[in-house]
Amino acid sequence: MIKAILIFNNHGKPRLSKFYEHYNEDTEQQIIRETFHLVSKRDENVCNFLEGGMLIGGSDYKLIYRHYATLYFVFCVDSSESELGILDLIQVFVETLDKCFENVCELDLIFHVDKVHNILAEMVMGGMVLETNMNEIITQVDAQNKMEKSEVTSVLA
Amino acid sequence: MALKIVKGSIDRMFDKNLQDLVRGIRNHKEDEAKYISTCIDEIKQELKQDNIAVKANAVCKLTYLQMLGYDVSWAAFNIVEVMSSSKFTYKRIGYLAASQCFHESTDVIMLTTNQIRKDLSSPNQYDTGVALTGLSCFVTPDLARDLANDIMTLMSHTKPYIRKKAVLIMYKVFLKYPESLRPAFPRLKEKLEDPDPGVQSAAVNVICELARRNPKNYLSLAPLFFKLMTSSTNNWVLIKIIKLFGALTPLEPRLGKKLIEPLTNLIHSTSAMSLLYECVNTVIAVLISLSSGMPNHSASIQLCVQKLRILIEDSDQNLKYLGLLAMSKILKTHPKSVQSHKDLILQCLDDKDESIRLRALDLLYGMVSKKNLMEIVKKLMLHVDKAEGTTYRDELLTKIIDICSQSNYQYITNFEWYISILVELTRLEGTRHGHLIASQMLDVAIRVKAIRVFAVAQMATLLDNAHLLTGNVQRKGICEVLYAAAWICGEFSEHLDNPTQTLEAMLRPKVATLPGHIQAVYVQNAAKLFATVLKSQEGNTDSTAAQETSQLMIDRLPLFVQSANLEVQERASCILQLVKYIQKLQQKDVEIAEEVIALFAGELNPVAPKAQKKVPVPEGLDLDAWINEPPSESESEDEQPRAIFAKEEPKHSRPRHTEVDEKELAKRREARKQEQANNPFYIKSSPSSQKVYQEAPGVEHIPVVQIDLSVPLKVPGLPMSDQYVKLEEERRQKDRADKKKKEKKKRKEKRSGRGKRHDSGPESEEDITPAHMVDIVTEEMPENALPSDDDDKDPNDPHKALDIDLDNLMEMAGRRPLADSEKLPVRSHRAAEVLKSPAQDGDAESAASQEPKKKSSKEKREKKKDKDRDRKKSKEDKKKKKKHKHEEKGEDLLGGQAEEPVVQSEATSEVAAPPTSTTAEVSDLDFWLSNAPVPSNTQEAATVVAAAEAAPTSEVASGTAPDSEPDEPKDTETEETKSSKHKKKKQKKEKEEKEKKKKKKHHHHHHHSDGGGEESVQNGTVEEEEPLPPMSNYCLLAENSYIKMVNDIQGNLQDGSQVVVSVIFENKCDSFLKSMEFNVLDSLNSKLQRPEGSGPHDGLTVPFQLPPGVSNEARFVFTMQSIITPQKLKGTLTFIVKNEDSSTHEKLDFKLHFTCTSYLISTPCYSDAFAKLLESGDLKCSSVKLEGVVMPFHHLLARICFRHHFSVVERIDSCASMYSRSIQDHHVCLLVKTSGQTVSIDAKCDEPTLLGNVLDEIKQTFSQC
Repeated sequence: MIKAILIFNNHGKPRLSKFYEHYNEDTEQQIIRETFHLVSKRDENVCNFLEGGMLIGGSDYKLIYRHYATLYFVFCVDSSESELGILDLIQVFVETLDKCFENVCELDLIFHVDKVHNILAEMVMGGMVLETNMNEIITQVDAQNKMEKSEVTSVLA
Repeated sequence: MALKIVKGSIDRMFDKNLQDLVRGIRNHKEDEAKYISTCIDEIKQELKQDNIAVKANAVCKLTYLQMLGYDVSWAAFNIVEVMSSSKFTYKRIGYLAASQCFHESTDVIMLTTNQIRKDLSSPNQYDTGVALTGLSCFVTPDLARDLANDIMTLMSHTKPYIRKKAVLIMYKVFLKYPESLRPAFPRLKEKLEDPDPGVQSAAVNVICELARRNPKNYLSLAPLFFKLMTSSTNNWVLIKIIKLFGALTPLEPRLGKKLIEPLTNLIHSTSAMSLLYECVNTVIAVLISLSSGMPNHSASIQLCVQKLRILIEDSDQNLKYLGLLAMSKILKTHPKSVQSHKDLILQCLDDKDESIRLRALDLLYGMVSKKNLMEIVKKLMLHVDKAEGTTYRDELLTKIIDICSQSNYQYITNFEWYISILVELTRLEGTRHGHLIASQMLDVAIRVKAIRVFAVAQMATLLDNAHLLTGNVQRKGICEVLYAAAWICGEFSEHLDNPTQTLEAMLRPKVATLPGHIQAVYVQNAAKLFATVLKSQEGNTDSTAAQETSQLMIDRLPLFVQSANLEVQERASCILQLVKYIQKLQQKDVEIAEEVIALFAGELNPVAPKAQKKVPVPEGLDLDAWINEPPSESESEDEQPRAIFAKEEPKHSRPRHTEVDEKELAKRREARKQEQANNPFYIKSSPSSQKVYQEAPGVEHIPVVQIDLSVPLKVPGLPMSDQYVKLEEERRQKDRADKKKKEKKKRKEKRSGRGKRHDSGPESEEDITPAHMVDIVTEEMPENALPSDDDDKDPNDPHKALDIDLDNLMEMAGRRPLADSEKLPVRSHRAAEVLKSPAQDGDAESAASQEPKKKSSKEKREKKKDKDRDRKKSKEDKKKKKKHKHEEKGEDLLGGQAEEPVVQSEATSEVAAPPTSTTAEVSDLDFWLSNAPVPSNTQEAATVVAAAEAAPTSEVASGTAPDSEPDEPKDTETEETKSSKHKKKKQKKEKEEKEKKKKKKHHHHHHHSDGGGEESVQNGTVEEEEPLPPMSNYCLLAENSYIKMVNDIQGNLQDGSQVVVSVIFENKCDSFLKSMEFNVLDSLNSKLQRPEGSGPHDGLTVPFQLPPGVSNEARFVFTMQSIITPQKLKGTLTFIVKNEDSSTHEKLDFKLHFTCTSYLISTPCYSDAFAKLLESGDLKCSSVKLEGVVMPFHHLLARICFRHHFSVVERIDSCASMYSRSIQDHHVCLLVKTSGQTVSIDAKCDEPTLLGNVLDEIKQTFSQC
């Protein structure tokens, strides 16, 4: 199970937070801060797994992250997930974002967090991996965007 | 209207959208909070508008603010509004917001049930998808219960997009509503073989998640997963399956043997590192599970270790990390294979990556030996000095202690060295592990007698330099060490060189700044020291020294008497008075030292940490039972029923507190604990369980230990552990030299007493003699303590509720079908006995194939089932026989499987061959696993079995019911699921049974009862007496040759004028039923609710079609004006029967009967509220007598509760008060009494007509039986 998916930038500013278990807002912020603290002080060329986030999970949980330019993508998962598998999943996620936003950059995530959520929803559902095939994800996202567009134009017409 | 829309969109243009909000926040970096608060005010305004677009925009912004940490729960209702928009755009925004901020205690969630249900059944797949995604984040137990059935239907949706989401969300539903697992499981299993890979992957995902927590229930799926593993190419699915196998193998070693080969193949063939890694991991798990049994897997171990070495040597840090992680798993069972890679692991200790160093540390634990312990620890100590972060340093510290203390200090040859290490560790700044070091010091000093002299000297130095430890505020954790130091110095004070000096150190004013519990130990041990000092000084002729010591105590102790800590205060004042008294005696020149020493006499033994817990509770002692009845409740309750009803028969009141249910008890226990925790006079458990004083009768036979004098006993100042390493080297060299010299002479001190312990070390260590021949006192456990170790399980784990046996569900017919109580609820969760879904018919696989079933009479079906079962059984036995043959030929299982069709055709000389697909065969785990070696003497037995089996088989073929002992099939079946350990026994037993059977043959014919009936009884709500018979409220509505309708009626509590009629439609024919329309003729009082826009006489379309043999449930809402009398409505169902070539219109008339009971809703009521209600005087009385009721009283009550929606308020012997409420809030109270076969029911209600009708209905219920 994936317990949480966090995206924040090099300064710890959250760009997306998705918790698959309920925490109140303050705890969520604290988790983001703590995770940022743990992840940001690590060198570039060390491994992408991290144990010991106290707030989230406990001993069975790991933080698996990737760092792309200005953004950290962090997945908090338990031992039922394959570590390398999740790393691949992060890669798929980022590639999907790249396709959907056409050369994704931090600004896209800043201004369109809702879209990022929608894309993520096609990959992970309730903490479980739903789809790992990028083309399938993009097809579904596009179909929904098309629906949305047709609704918007019908309102304006 | 159009104008409004235009106006709305113009409004929108001026509103801030999400992008504007984000931009605004970025432009107000200085006063962000202020800016956001004005934005929130704007959003509040927007939410007040009618325009849904504006609202959605506002909610979208709120979702963003939620991410920034703002609480937006105040807008929950608006979110629900946006969720229920008909536009997908807004709906999606609403669901996203809900998924981000709704949780179980969000109260508006209960308003969403119907909206979500509507969205789930939406024709637009994305509406459904969005609802499923949202629901997966905020599903509550209530939602799970209400929607389980809808989601289950979606699992068979035509679109794979919906199917995979529905499958995945079922896991969340199971967690929140565990009762749904059993009914949903067959369909979930079916999805493992879904044609769409996404759906398949989702099903694998869910089952793996379930099996991870309760693996034993999923063992029987192993063959299916095995098939998937060998056929699937999707790495995600493979990884999940392989991980699952890793969880299953510990339970079934035979499974492991089967897995090794395909996994090894995968390891060799795959290019995906993730897959390779998981394969290695599972092979390791297999090897661990096999480690005791088969020795011949060294090749596999070598392969794993070799692959892992490649990973560890890889430049990719991730692979390095995982390699080390997996290596540590091998270490546990095959330490030697790992030890050969020590170089690599020590190298990893120097890695710049902390995660990798931590993993390498884990591995070190298993690498140490007597030989290299000192060397490794030295290396670690260097790391401790270098380590920058405290977390890593703390980790190092615990690892050092772990490594040294493992298996009773097995690898420590020199305890002085170890004490020195511990003392050095106290110099660490800011460590959190002071208590750990302290407990080690205590443990070593207590258990290693020889070290006490040295330990005491070290501890005295520590106490002397206590200021070094306490000086810095940051060093708080470490002062725990002083606790140990003070205690050791006090307890073993006879070994102290200069006790007076230590005593002085312990009484310094600075001590008062230490934490209370440490001060308390200081005070107590100062007293012990005082006693020792006194004794040494009393021998002298000059008594002034002794008196000075007493004076010191008297001077310093008052500081502690003033302590805020009660414990310190109490001990100090006690000891102060004692010393004053001693001083008085001293002035009279009385010799007192002996008596003072006697205060602290006695040895102590270490006690195992869990010893107290393991003391068995004496028989007959119920710790949760009341000793006295609680006074307050009982009095009022006893009187209350008597006052209410006119006629009252004498009854005995009996204490009924033992009936308090488990939950209540748990609550009370918790409350009691809380109370105790807050009660200063209640003795709490002490932090260190080891310091328990005890009179030890067994001390004498602890052998006295000799000390090797090659180690200097006097170490000036704080020791440097390093010098021990050098000394140890020298000593070993000397030893070796000695040994060479006097080869034939046996060294005196050589392991004479402790041979066993030393044997476990590696062979090369035989050469190393420990510097101290230590006797390690083992920890004490209470007599007849239970060895169980499962006291660490978390009772709150949600997965505990999912520990449900699913095997029987999936295997053969009639074993343990779903009990009535386990049906998925359809709006209301009540039983549906008549419901004949194929799944209930027992054959899970027939449900899977949804094959048309021959409509047959019940008897026929039963017979068939019997035959079926016997046929399978005989087949199994044949297979067993075959299997033995296979073994001789050395053939593989898969070959055996391929031959199955032949076996099948042999046995199927019957008329209507029911579908026995291979899944049924595969699910026979025992057979599947059975190519494991079997002891040879069973072969003989097997042939006998086969011979015995031949006769019944022929009988089956001739079509008569087979005869056998009634309980026999069950026996064998359950045995078959057991593991191979029992195999031998089982076959013997089977043989006996078969022989018995042979003898009994032709003597009596037994029809197997379905078996399910009996079993489901046990699943029902069992009260304290007998099990209840299964009950159902569904009654037959109408039936013809095509379709059968059964229905149940439930009141709707939220709306006082609504009742919900649930109708189950069952397709009884071979054709497809579609376009079903349900219609009734409304009366003045009651109307069927039709969707807006349809005429008052239009029928309602049933929202599904029925393939042959399938049943499904639909709900219809009726509006009622008056509910005080029963009513009947006439209705018609029209439908189209579609065959391959033709289709016909058919109709079925029915009469829908609304009883008064159906307006009642079972509502719990407390006895005090009940009493108040009855006393209020608003209620009218009525009564009824039932004669000739022969059923236990609790059955009677259960029947009233179940059939008539009452709940029991209170029951005393053969008298019970019950309560129910109508949907229009009429109170109905009953007092039910029984004597012999007569049952009298007195009733009160504020509506006499309703009451009369309800009583009539109750009477009718009991006249029927």
